[in-house]
Amino acid sequence: MMAAGGADVDAGAPGSRLQPWERESAAQEAAEGVKAGTCTILDVVETLGSSLENGDSRIRARGLQMLSEVLLQCYSVLQEKEVTHLVLFSENRLKDHHTVIPFVLQGLKALSMCAALAPGLAVSVLKAIFQEVHVQSLLQLDRHTVYSIITNFMSSRETELKSLGADFTFGFIQVMDGEKDPRNLLVAFQIVRDIIVKGYALGPFAEELFEVTSCYFPIDFTPPPNDPHGIQREDLITSLRAVLTSTPAFAEFLLPLLIEKMDSDIQSAKLDSLQTLNACCMIYGQKELKDFLPSLWSSLRREVFQTASERVETEGLSALRALSTCLSRSVLSSDDEDILESFLRGILQDCRHHLCEPDMKLVWPSAKLLQAAAGASLRAYYRITSSVFPLLVEQYNKHLQSSQRRTILEVLLGFLELRQKWDPEEEDKSPLLCSKGALCSMVFSALVEPNVQLQLVGIRVLTFLGLLQGLLDHLDVARLVDSLAQFILHEEDSQTSLAAMEAAGTLTPFYPEIFSRCLVRKLSEGLHSELQEESSQFQHDRCLQALAAVSTHPSIMKETVPILLQHLQKVPKGSMQAGIHSVVSVCQSLQQVALQCKKNAQNYWYFHQAVVPCLMGLAVQAAMQENTHTVLSQVLLKEDSLSAMVLVISAACMYLSPELAAQSVSKVVPLFLDGELSFLPGNSFPSTFQPFQVGWDGQHPVATQKKLVALLTAFVCALPRNVPIPQQDRLLRELLALSCSCDCPFTATAAAKCFAGLVNKHPAGPQLDELLGAAMNKLEEGLNEGPRRSQALTLLLWVSKALLLRYHPLASRLTDKLLVLLGDTVLGPAAGDGFALLMADSPDVLGKSCHADVRLMFRQRFFTECVPQLVQGFHTASPGVKANYLKGLSHILNHLPKPVLVTELPTLLPLLLEALSCLDRVVQLSTLHCLQPLLLDAPLVVSLHVDTLVGKFLGLTESPAMAIRIAALQCLHALASLPTPVVIPYKPRVIRALAKPLDDKKRLVRKEAVTARGEWFLLGTPGR
Amino acid sequence: MVGPALAASPAGGVALENANPLIYRRQGERPVTAREEDDELPDAIDDREIFDLIRSINDPEHPLTLEELNVVEQVRVKVNDAESTVSVEFTPTIPHCSMATLIGLSIKVKLIRSLPERFKVDVHITPGTHTSEHAVNKQLADKERVAAALENAHLLEVVNQCLSGRP
Repeated sequence: MMAAGGADVDAGAPGSRLQPWERESAAQEAAEGVKAGTCTILDVVETLGSSLENGDSRIRARGLQMLSEVLLQCYSVLQEKEVTHLVLFSENRLKDHHTVIPFVLQGLKALSMCAALAPGLAVSVLKAIFQEVHVQSLLQLDRHTVYSIITNFMSSRETELKSLGADFTFGFIQVMDGEKDPRNLLVAFQIVRDIIVKGYALGPFAEELFEVTSCYFPIDFTPPPNDPHGIQREDLITSLRAVLTSTPAFAEFLLPLLIEKMDSDIQSAKLDSLQTLNACCMIYGQKELKDFLPSLWSSLRREVFQTASERVETEGLSALRALSTCLSRSVLSSDDEDILESFLRGILQDCRHHLCEPDMKLVWPSAKLLQAAAGASLRAYYRITSSVFPLLVEQYNKHLQSSQRRTILEVLLGFLELRQKWDPEEEDKSPLLCSKGALCSMVFSALVEPNVQLQLVGIRVLTFLGLLQGLLDHLDVARLVDSLAQFILHEEDSQTSLAAMEAAGTLTPFYPEIFSRCLVRKLSEGLHSELQEESSQFQHDRCLQALAAVSTHPSIMKETVPILLQHLQKVPKGSMQAGIHSVVSVCQSLQQVALQCKKNAQNYWYFHQAVVPCLMGLAVQAAMQENTHTVLSQVLLKEDSLSAMVLVISAACMYLSPELAAQSVSKVVPLFLDGELSFLPGNSFPSTFQPFQVGWDGQHPVATQKKLVALLTAFVCALPRNVPIPQQDRLLRELLALSCSCDCPFTATAAAKCFAGLVNKHPAGPQLDELLGAAMNKLEEGLNEGPRRSQALTLLLWVSKALLLRYHPLASRLTDKLLVLLGDTVLGPAAGDGFALLMADSPDVLGKSCHADVRLMFRQRFFTECVPQLVQGFHTASPGVKANYLKGLSHILNHLPKPVLVTELPTLLPLLLEALSCLDRVVQLSTLHCLQPLLLDAPLVVSLHVDTLVGKFLGLTESPAMAIRIAALQCLHALASLPTPVVIPYKPRVIRALAKPLDDKKRLVRKEAVTARGEWFLLGTPGR
Repeated sequence: MVGPALAASPAGGVALENANPLIYRRQGERPVTAREEDDELPDAIDDREIFDLIRSINDPEHPLTLEELNVVEQVRVKVNDAESTVSVEFTPTIPHCSMATLIGLSIKVKLIRSLPERFKVDVHITPGTHTSEHAVNKQLADKERVAAALENAHLLEVVNQCLSGRP
């Protein structure tokens, strides 16, 4: 092998006639020989011998190239002695002709990666390079090789290199001085950073090192088009910034540079300087900053006061905060002056008077600067606010216009929000405490002004004051709560009363007693007033909303929940409608309370125990009394009321722990299956409760009892997946039977949903298979004929969805049935609409919040399985039912992720165009919704059909349905974003046609018409 | 041409006339009411609707809208849907603002493009807020001069920039 390898190499050496690939393969072979141990590197060198010493530098270069190629492949197996020889040889070669040098460097790079490098050699290699090679006259690739050698040594021979002292640093400065290539700069910057961070000696060369890197600041680099290296301007900026901000030793050079560049006119230079300043504040102390603070401040101030760009302003402010933070952090020795103090004094001096100027022109920039400085530390915050708060109060009293007062309060609000950054602390020393009286009277006076905006800010200011513990005393808080109560109960503007409720919700946990005494009681009284006219109904709604909003503390919640439950039973005397409205409002409030207490298991359990039995008890009692016709029972049994209760029960069960859920479900299921009433409050139940009993159609009281299955659905379907449901099998069979046998659609749907929800969570196995078999039979039977085909369809939809979500194999059999039904003249339209149910996120039983088993890609799966059949079905269907297929298709497409849709568009677009001409409004609308994003995302495909699209969209702007007109106009707007040459021919036509919807009777339509028409006007004009 | 002042370009490093304008808060989006969502009931064109059309026009000098600069305010917008008339007063940020005509032109163009043709659109300066109020008003009221101004490619570009939404 050695002979063979050697012979090949030999043939390659003098014979420059060998092709490059031949030489490569010779090197490859030799390297493999060395790696396999059949020859040594020494043999290779000896074989190459003549060419390495040849008088012709070109031949020497080739020999060295061959050698370095071999070395690059087999450096890991070399012996220490071999390495030493090769290193000494290479160092010597560095003195050779300049055409040879690149190959010597290649070899050295290979050797620099050797683990077997003897001590001292790294240093000598570097010395030789520093001495013999003028790096910057080499080509880019060879310069890169030098950087690689240095990097390799720095990572493996750190201590040796450090023994060189500052000479190493100086050597490297000379190596990189003048570097221009971005690829090399990234490596060189990394080396400089390592030199500094790893503690190599800088000696007297700190300034040189700074100079050689900072000359690139700010980075001005635009990557060439089609750049294969992918180096972005940002990469260079970050890596240079890491160098410049790596050591405080650079401070005296860097800060003047930054100040100079901040003053530049170029925005990118400003931004880079500000960000760099921000970064170096992380490591600087006040020693470094001290001398430059005045100039830094004046530059920053100028950037914020006279900014033309929001980004510069933001960066300026954050740099100021960084400066202030840095000064706050510094540890003072006893004789040091506190520079933070003098720095902040300067800022206050420059900004204070702007807060006082009568025209208030520079109020916001000044306030932002002050807030940035104050946001650095609690100390800075106290220093600034102790001066600013009294000033704001004074200005508030001086300015009388409400817009000016609002500005002042907003500034104050900004300062108060800042206070949240630090932990609460006794406010005894704080400037807030000193100005508390004045601030409070100012804010309270703002609340009584008629201006809504002023009131809104006032409420927020008060909220923040209230959050500062120990700041407000009892009287202040009582006054605060009174004002909130006033807004909640009597303010006409809903914005203000909502803000007041929100504030109350935030503050209740801090002052539960006062809120209970001053607000909850008033709200409860507000509910007692007789409901006679519309205004008092409005009042009741407010109280109900507010009761929910303040239930953010356990003790308050325990007061409000009983109030709400009690109110549920007080049905107003007026119309049925008012009664239902009242029940729905109470339920909405209860639902909100449930969501607010879901995080605290104990409160949530309290809520569950208080609310669920009560609601069920009321409903059961009402269902039994239905023939006695009390107003309450009639109201409660209305479907709207029941639906509202469903939401409450669901919200009260979703977040239960499995143990508690199991405890509760063991009472609820027997209630429905066996009429076990004992856990319900009250004991005056006049008859038995048997919702699943087969009764006579319609008239039997059982029909109303059956409706309550909706409540059962809400309960059992909201439970976590691992909660065992007692008598599950029996329950499922009852539900299945009920869903297909009941005339009332509400009940049938509730039963179908409950069945589907439980099936979705049911563990796989023979039990489930058997159950699904029974369901299939029921469906076959129900769908074929009979009076209850639509109930069967509902069941089919829900069960399909339940199985589709969990990727159950039976799902496709069910969806096949659904596809067949699209051709049905009676059930077809409903089946088409059903696709929306299949694709949409379920808000209730089959949703994630109800712990349903939902796989991630179910929609895509359904799409690929279903759409080909759907398209085929469309083509073969009779004209009368074609619309059903289009309806199904557009529902599927509407819910599909856009990327999937864009790839499928070319095949589907003709069908969608057909759907636009379909007379069914649902199809029209959902097709428009589906097309609109595609117009923006797939301009190329869409461009081919632009003629048809313009015509159809314009036609639909005259649809009788507002939603369709709006969607059509949105599509026309989107069309304007297609490539100008494609759409410009239609400009006059579209502009003319859109004049008509500008005068549409509906405002929402006019709004879209204005946007679309404006965009078409801009098409093809300058300045677009 | 509408007037010599219009030739001045806002770009190109010329110092801003009013470098530090007072900035006002923008109104939120108009909340959609139940009535507006009802397919049957007609909604009349009201002041707020007109104001919504013009409040987001960009100022030619600043990266701000006319609303943020308080150049237009809802109280200075009057519309009569039945009589098909609109009147808008705008207030230049400073009394000698050379951009006044340009701003007026932008408002006018926006309204012409956005309102049904039946409307007569009147755009003028809030009385007493500009030094050459009368001249500017006259230019804005002259249909032919407005049309001529829009023939000028440079002017059209600036107007379109004001009218195109923020990027």
